[in-house]
Amino acid sequence: MFAASNSQKSLSRWLFYAYILLILVFTLGPLVIVTILAFNNNPSASFPWQGFTLDWFKSSTPDRVGLFDDARMMAAVVSSVKVAVAVTLISVILGVNNAFLFVREKFVGKEFLYMLMLGPLVVPGVVLGTSILAFSHGIANALDSALGNGAGTFLRPGFWLVVLGQVSFVATTTTLVITARLKRFDLSLEEAAMDLGATRSAAVLHVTLRFLGPAIFGAAIIAFLFSFENFNTTYFLSGPDPTVPIILYSRLRFGISPEINAVSVLMMVTTGLLGLAASAFQKEEGLA
Amino acid sequence: MHLSTRFRRGQRLWLLLLPTLLWIGLLFVLPHIKLFLLSFMDRRSGAFTLANYAAFFNSSLYRNVFVRTTTFSIVTTLLTLFISFPAAFIITKVLGRKMKALALIAIVLPYWVSELIQAFTWMILFRETGVLSYLLQYLGITHHNIEFLYHNSTIVVGLVYTSLLFMTIPIINSLDTLDDSLIEAAYDLGGDFWSTMREIIIPHAAPGIMVGSIMVFMLNLGNYVTVTLLGGKNSLWFTESIYNQFIVRFNQNQGAAFGVILLTFSVLFVWIVLKITKQDLTEAM
Repeated sequence: MFAASNSQKSLSRWLFYAYILLILVFTLGPLVIVTILAFNNNPSASFPWQGFTLDWFKSSTPDRVGLFDDARMMAAVVSSVKVAVAVTLISVILGVNNAFLFVREKFVGKEFLYMLMLGPLVVPGVVLGTSILAFSHGIANALDSALGNGAGTFLRPGFWLVVLGQVSFVATTTTLVITARLKRFDLSLEEAAMDLGATRSAAVLHVTLRFLGPAIFGAAIIAFLFSFENFNTTYFLSGPDPTVPIILYSRLRFGISPEINAVSVLMMVTTGLLGLAASAFQKEEGLA
Repeated sequence: MHLSTRFRRGQRLWLLLLPTLLWIGLLFVLPHIKLFLLSFMDRRSGAFTLANYAAFFNSSLYRNVFVRTTTFSIVTTLLTLFISFPAAFIITKVLGRKMKALALIAIVLPYWVSELIQAFTWMILFRETGVLSYLLQYLGITHHNIEFLYHNSTIVVGLVYTSLLFMTIPIINSLDTLDDSLIEAAYDLGGDFWSTMREIIIPHAAPGIMVGSIMVFMLNLGNYVTVTLLGGKNSLWFTESIYNQFIVRFNQNQGAAFGVILLTFSVLFVWIVLKITKQDLTEAM
């Protein structure tokens, strides 16, 4: 491709390879080092290497608490999973609903609503979090004074507020993924099913939704991932049962323990596998 | 059309519209209207006031934090562009299929890891008793621990790391559509590497560069985790000011004004950049 002398050609080729290698060291190096340190028998969470250990994962001696024996960390894992499952369910249902709305229906202001829907992806997470916090605070106060007995408690920082806050932007992503596939659906398939005697809802259920299956699956993985790793928005809405990123952040401000390396490895493996599954799906869909 | 089918069609539209409107209305539009209104209210009486905005424009501290955040966001965006562009070029135009797939995975993988973990990995490397400090002592370059955290350059490294993907992928997408034969033609007509780069490759990649730069700039401006963990008390990022007003000082009104300023500024900035460079975002995306 580069019309130069052969030696010049191979030199530039080597420079190119060297550059890509540097980029890979930059992107993967830090992750590799943290993974190595998670198994290093050195309580300072640094080098030198002092032998292999699983203590930072499983150990409950007074000076060494492994991640699986750390009750608060495990509670955070549980609440992260609970939040992520709720966010995934709501966001996928909303995504399917929005896809049908934007692909199949015609109505005044459709373009405007579509632009508006992209908003939560553009607004910084901190601003999204604070605006939802301020809004829900007002509603909760109104509910409390109107109905009494802490009627607005579910809108105070805690599980449901975190779920709602994350749904605000995760549902945009699920909508984009599912809409992309619904656009490619051949409407005549649905009509054929109806010609063969199926009702409209049966045709949608058995033909269209089945066609959307892979996109729904992909959107669910992405939604789970976005929820599981979200910090910015969650930070403002989190209550007495923090998710993993929130508890990690508060610990990191006080210092580093090897246990956090182990937590990182666990997060990397979980999110990495989910991410690979999602990008494999996206490749199939031609989205990435 | 039968009246009943028309009725049913209208019903279906409303059934589909209701969840969408509830979601975008209750979780996006109304909260932002609330934020906007709060920013014009007095903290105690709730009466209309411009004091929250005046507090920003009259305080050199807040102004400096804002200018600092913006400057750093621009510098980091440009730096990310200079690092990403050659990578995107090599990945699309030099590497073979297998190598390309491998390089892509390596660039996408860190993105799937939480931003918090990304920042943490750099803390492990940069802190006083961290890996870099150990390495330098091991190599005999220095004999005591060095604190690499809490510097401006640490913030920049962390931000470039978290935004590399968002710059590289759009540029790869736009370079993918550039026919290799065009590059060869430029060579055949006597162009060298740099003139081909300037006349053919960069103009073709311009939409991708634009999308990537806007995304990275917005991400930097709105960043919180990377900046506060790697910058510590010295981070002085505008999002931190918003957090402090809301959570530490319980001053929702001041925090709301900061939020509105950040939003307005980022939208205006992107709009002006698009105007100056005569790019159309909808076309680029």
